[in-house]
Amino acid sequence: MNSTINARNVVVALTALGLLLLPVYSGLTGDIFILTLFTRIIIFALAAASLNLIMGYGGMMSFGHAAYLGIGGYAVGILAHEGVGSGFIQWPVAVIVSALYALVIGALSLRTRGVYFIMITLAFAQMAYYIASGLSRYGGDDGLTIDKRSNFGGIIDLSNRVQFYYLCLACLFGGIYLIWRIVNSRFGMVVQGLRANEQRMQAIGIHANYYKLICFVISGTICGLAGALLANNTDFISPATMYWTRSGDLMVMVIAGGMGSLFGPVIGTIVFLVLEELLSQFTEYWALIMGPLLVLIVLFARGGLMGVLGRLSRG
Amino acid sequence: MANALLRVENLVRTFGGIKATDNLSLDVKPGELHAIIGPNGAGKTTLISQLTGQLMPNSGAIHFAGRDVTWLPSHQRSRLGLARSFQISSLLPDFTAADNVAVAAQAHEGHSFRFWSAARKERHLREAAQAGLTQVGLVKRADVLVSELSHGEQRELELAVALATKPQLLLLDEPMAGLGVTESARMVALLKELRKEVTILLVEHDMEAVFALADRITVLVYGRVIASGDPEAIRNDEEVKRAYLGDQHVMVSHGGIQNG
Amino acid sequence: MLVFVEQSLNGLQFGLLLFLLAAGLTLVFGIMDFVNLAHGSLYMMGAYFAATFVAWTNGFLPGILLALCATLLLGVALELVALRHLYGRNHLDQVLATFGLIMFFNDAVRLIWGPAGLSLPLPAWLTVPVQIVPDVFYPTYRLLIIVTTLAVAAVLYVVVMRTRIGMLIRAGASNREMIGALGVNIQLLFTLVFGLGAALAGLAGLMQAPIITVQIGMGENILILAFVIIVIGGIGSIRGAFMAAIFVGMIDTLGRAFLPDLMRTVLSSNTASTAASALSSMLIYLLMAIVLVVRPEGLVPAAKR
Repeated sequence: MNSTINARNVVVALTALGLLLLPVYSGLTGDIFILTLFTRIIIFALAAASLNLIMGYGGMMSFGHAAYLGIGGYAVGILAHEGVGSGFIQWPVAVIVSALYALVIGALSLRTRGVYFIMITLAFAQMAYYIASGLSRYGGDDGLTIDKRSNFGGIIDLSNRVQFYYLCLACLFGGIYLIWRIVNSRFGMVVQGLRANEQRMQAIGIHANYYKLICFVISGTICGLAGALLANNTDFISPATMYWTRSGDLMVMVIAGGMGSLFGPVIGTIVFLVLEELLSQFTEYWALIMGPLLVLIVLFARGGLMGVLGRLSRG
Repeated sequence: MANALLRVENLVRTFGGIKATDNLSLDVKPGELHAIIGPNGAGKTTLISQLTGQLMPNSGAIHFAGRDVTWLPSHQRSRLGLARSFQISSLLPDFTAADNVAVAAQAHEGHSFRFWSAARKERHLREAAQAGLTQVGLVKRADVLVSELSHGEQRELELAVALATKPQLLLLDEPMAGLGVTESARMVALLKELRKEVTILLVEHDMEAVFALADRITVLVYGRVIASGDPEAIRNDEEVKRAYLGDQHVMVSHGGIQNG
Repeated sequence: MLVFVEQSLNGLQFGLLLFLLAAGLTLVFGIMDFVNLAHGSLYMMGAYFAATFVAWTNGFLPGILLALCATLLLGVALELVALRHLYGRNHLDQVLATFGLIMFFNDAVRLIWGPAGLSLPLPAWLTVPVQIVPDVFYPTYRLLIIVTTLAVAAVLYVVVMRTRIGMLIRAGASNREMIGALGVNIQLLFTLVFGLGAALAGLAGLMQAPIITVQIGMGENILILAFVIIVIGGIGSIRGAFMAAIFVGMIDTLGRAFLPDLMRTVLSSNTASTAASALSSMLIYLLMAIVLVVRPEGLVPAAKR
C-alpha cells in the first residue's frame, strides 16, 4: 500500500468508528435490536480474531475452536448455577480453563500436521461437546439458563445493554491490540515464519512445536473470554455452541474476512452475521443465497474481503 | 581424523529398495572448503538432509564438533552451529529480505519468547540484517519482498540467512543452481571471502567453481564415495572420469552444454 | 450372548455403511486432494431421493435405482459446475466453499421437502426376519445391507486393484503429477472419481433411509464419522478405510450397547447412564485422537506424494 489513505484503511476506520457510535445511534432511534445484534457480532468477532491468530498468522487450521466458546460459557454458567455469581471469579476461571484445555489438546494435536491436525482438533471439540451433553446437572443437551449475569460489584452492570456493549467492544479492541503486538513481536515473527516455511525455521534453530503450542494457547485463552461474554449475552449456554458446525461458522468468518490481516476477522464476522440477519428478513431460506455466495467468495475473492480491499487500494 | 569438525561414518539411507546413501563415510576438517560432486542421482541432497536432520538415516553415525548428532532434530543441530542453504531456495516469501535475515539472527540469539515489542524495530536485529545482506551484496534490496527478488538474489539471500546463525559449519546445497555467468562469478567470489570465516561443505555441479574453491573434493556416485582427495588427484582419477564421461554424462559448466 | 451376536452384526452393518461413505471421501481426498464437506449432503440427498422415488414409483427397487442415478448425476453436476475450479486450491478454501454447499443443500431440502423428516417404509418381503443360525433371528433388510455393501466393496476392490482405471486411481493417490504426465485425461478421471464418490455416498444414504429418520442435517452427523475413518485408515487408502470403518462401526455400536451396563457395575445408576451416553458418543473421537497421537500419519498411510 502506498499511502495510508486507501480503501482498506478507510473501511477499517469507518467500521471502528461505526462500532463505537452504534449505541448512540441505537439510543437516538430507539432501535434496541441493532444493539443486541451488534453485541453478538462483536463477541463472535473476538472469537474469530483469536482463530485468525492461529490460522491466518500461525498457519494452524483448527476445526475445534468453538469448544472454547463453550468452555468459557460453561465456566460462567456452572459457577453461576453453583452460586458463584462474581465476574471476578467466573471470568478468570473461564480464561484459565480454556488455556489449560488448549495446552493439553494443543500438545497432543501438534504431533500431527495438515488435515490430520484439522481432524484431531475437530475430535477434541466433539469430545467437549459430548461431555457437556452428558452434564445432566447442568442441563445436558437442553443447556443451562443463566439467571444473573456476571456481577462486577459496582463497577459495571452487565444487564445494562449499553454498558455490556461497550465492555464487549473494549474486549474486542483490546484483543485485537494484543494480537497486533504479539504478531509483530519476536514471537510473532517466529510464528509467521513457521506458517510460511516450517522447514526453513527449523533449519535456523527454531523448535517449531513450542512456539506453535504457545500461540495455540494464547488463541484459546482469548476465545475463552469470548465464551464468557457469549454466555452473558444470551443468558444461556448449551452444548450446541460447541458443535463442529459452529467451528465451521467461525472459520467462514475468518476466511471470508481475509486471513492474516488484523481487522479481517472483524469485517468478516460483521458481513457474515449482518448478511445472515438481512437475508432472514427477506426469506426463511437465507442459506440458499448465503451458501452459493460463500462459494463465489472462495472462487473470486482471494484473500477474502480484506484481500479485495487491498487490491482496490493498490489501484 | 581426530580434528574433524564433521565426521560421517557408514551412513546408510534407503528408500524402498533403493540405497540413496550406501555406507558413506567422510570427514570435514575445520577451516577447509570441502566440495562434494557427483552425477545427478548420486544422493548429494539426501546426504545433506541427513547431515542437517531433515532426514534420518537408517544406520550409521554423524559426529559434529565432537558430539553425536545422528538422531538430533534439525533445530538442535542448527543451535550447535550447523547451518544449511537449500538447493531450492527455502525462504519466507511474504517477508522482506531484511526480515528473513533478521529472523535468523533472532533465532540464533536463543529464545524468541518476547511478545510485546515490535521485532522489526529492534535496532540490533536490523543491524544484523543489514550486515548480513551487505556481506552477500543484497543490502540495496533489503526491503524487497522475497517473492519479488530475482532467482539469483534469492540464492544470495539463502546464503545470508544461513550465515546469520553464525555457524561453525556451513552446508551449501548447490548455491549456484540456476545462476547465470555473472551471478555465478559473484557467488564464487563471495564463497572465497566466506571460507576465511567459516568451514564450508559445498555440494555443486559447477566444476569450474568447485575446482577453483575446494581444498578437498569427495566424489559421490549412487550414494557411495568413489574418490576423495585434493583437486589435482580427483581431476586425474580414472574412476571419476568414467563416472562423469561415461553414459553421456557431461560436466556442467556455465556457458557449455548442460546434460545429465 | 445372543444380544452380543445381534449387536455385532449391527456393528458390522453400520461399519460397512460407513465404509461406503468413507470410501468415496477418501478417494476424492486422496486423488484430487480435495476436502469435500458436502459429501454428507450427497448422502442426505440419496436418502431423500430414495424416499421420494419409492413413493412415486410405488416400487422399492425401481425407486432405489432412480435415487442412485439421481445422486450420481447430482454429484457429477456439482463437480462440473462448481467444484472442479477448486482443485489445487488450498484446503481451507475448499472447506469454506463446501461448507457453503452444506448450507445450501440443507435449505434447498427444507424448501423442497419441508422441515419435517421423511420416512421410507420397507416392502413386506424385507421386514421378515431371517434365521441365520438356529435360534438367532436377524432382520432381513440389515442382512441385505451387509451383503450389498460387501459386494460393492468387492467390486471396488477389483476395480481399484485389477483394472486400468483402478491403476490410474491408485497412482493418482500417490502421485498426481505423474498421471498427468502419462497423458491421461485428468479432467475426465477426476469427474469419474467424484461421480463414484457421490454414488457411494448416495447408496449409503438410500440404504440408511428405511432404518433411520430421513432429515435435514443427517449428513453432518455422519460426515465427521467418515472423516474419522479416513484419518484412522490413512487418507487415500480404500483398504485402510475398510478396516477402519468396520472397526469404528463395531466400537460405536458395541459401545453404545454395552457401556451403560458396564458402567453401572462401577458407578451409581444415575451417574452411569449420563457418563455412559457421553462416553459412547465420544468413543470414536477418543479412538481417533489416540491413533493420531501414536501414529500421526494414520494406521495405513498412503504412499509418499
